[in-house]
Amino acid sequence: MADTLADVEPMIYESQISVPYSWWAGDTASRFFRSLRDEKKIMGTKCAKCSRVYIPPRKVCPSCFSENPEWTEVSDQGVLQSFTIARRQLASLPEKVPVILGLIKLDGADTGLLHYLDEVDQKQLRIGMRVKAKFADNRSGGIRDIEYFRPAK
Amino acid sequence: MDQAAIIGVGMTKIEANKAGDTFADMVWEAVNKALDDAGMTINDVDNVVTTSNDFWDGRTISCMAVGDASGARHKNASCVEGDGTFGAFYGLTRALSGDYGTTLVTAHSKGSESISSLITNAAFDPIYERAIGMDMITACAMQATAYLDRTGTTPDQLAMVSVKNHGNAKQNPLAQLPMDLTVDDVLKSEMLSDPLHKLDCSPVSDGCCAIIIANQARASKYSGRPVWIKGVSFCSDSYFLGDRDLARAPSLAQAAQSAFAMAGIKDPATEIDVAELYDAFTYQELMWLEAMGLCEDGKAGSRLESGDFHRNGRLPVNPSGGLLSGHPVIAAGLIRIAEIVKQLRGEAGGYQIPDARRGVAQGVNGLCGQSHCVWVLDRDNQEKEIG
Repeated sequence: MADTLADVEPMIYESQISVPYSWWAGDTASRFFRSLRDEKKIMGTKCAKCSRVYIPPRKVCPSCFSENPEWTEVSDQGVLQSFTIARRQLASLPEKVPVILGLIKLDGADTGLLHYLDEVDQKQLRIGMRVKAKFADNRSGGIRDIEYFRPAK
Repeated sequence: MDQAAIIGVGMTKIEANKAGDTFADMVWEAVNKALDDAGMTINDVDNVVTTSNDFWDGRTISCMAVGDASGARHKNASCVEGDGTFGAFYGLTRALSGDYGTTLVTAHSKGSESISSLITNAAFDPIYERAIGMDMITACAMQATAYLDRTGTTPDQLAMVSVKNHGNAKQNPLAQLPMDLTVDDVLKSEMLSDPLHKLDCSPVSDGCCAIIIANQARASKYSGRPVWIKGVSFCSDSYFLGDRDLARAPSLAQAAQSAFAMAGIKDPATEIDVAELYDAFTYQELMWLEAMGLCEDGKAGSRLESGDFHRNGRLPVNPSGGLLSGHPVIAAGLIRIAEIVKQLRGEAGGYQIPDARRGVAQGVNGLCGQSHCVWVLDRDNQEKEIG
């Protein structure tokens, strides 16, 4: 059918999908965000069966399919599990490239947290390096209350 | 349990921008090709499974909108949101149920009409993750970093996947990006997100695929040559990337083991003649090969270097050119199945693998290969039963 376009300009219907949507964070994420905002504490939930500590916290353990009833504070320091340096200004990125994205396993947690890395020499980035959270000065109760992670001194 | 076969396949050409075709035009073309291929009319189709995604289609309840072009009016029609291999799985179970002798499965998307980075960003958890701004490319780049670190696979070896698959696409008239490349071309292409260069990534594409599945009683009733479904399985990992070991793909390992066992295959590395895998990024072809047991863990890069996965190698992988040469999301996995059907019928033209008897196709759903669907197909119908 494409040959019909040889002498015809293709018609395009320009539009966008824009629907306001409010996600209730739920009581688990609400508690996590309150602790970040008010106390600069990173709180995880612990599975009653396997004792895995989840960051970000979940109400149930996906491994055991049972509840995570206990809250536990984890460290603001941990290990870089993997990373990438975004160099093209992809539409999803709210910050100007280059942006370093990482998966960080905090001490005391068993799962990794997706976040930014900064104040780091790109050449020094490596899996296994120790990093520490830098909290935002103005915190509003969201994942970006941690501003980014930087090499631990 | 009964046997089932794929008796018809139809694909549009994969293109960067099908300005001349709406999504329904693409589906109409692929469905009619599949019906012609099977020697059937729409009246011979007992039920329809469409596969689509609302975000990619830019409309809600997209499965209902695609029904007309799929011939689903006044038929039992159902839908799957995700890769086409999962729609085909559902279609297969319907054909095996005994209630339907034939199932038409379609899968389509038009990547050209939206902004893929924003759509894949919306796959992340809105409460904990989305505001960070990751998308499919940056998430998979992070997985590539972890895979390279664990296995010692090199960026040069990743580039060789791109060189091989774009080269294979030169023989496939339906491929979007047939290219003569060198490893250097790949490594010098724009770095999108370390370690993935532009030519390590599949393109944004438009395309549609349709297949027709029939139970044993109906499989030989029409003129289309049946290719037999010998083993199928899918398996999903945890949703959050941080809950998984990104450097490994245990859900694929489990899906593959179970599909190969169902097919009576003990050593897939030697018993499979051709593979069409979900190479959305170069590293994925190598990582999936290892997880599926088609190659020793951590060795896919060096096996590729020695030519094992080229068209004339021990196990040709993506002789069609793979996703790297054309990646219509949703349709991409169903295209892998259709390509294996062509190979096993001896109808793959310039990229035919001589005497291909048994093949495997893989589809992926979710970020960084969260969920995998594996299909083992056979040219001949041996006595061994499915399930």
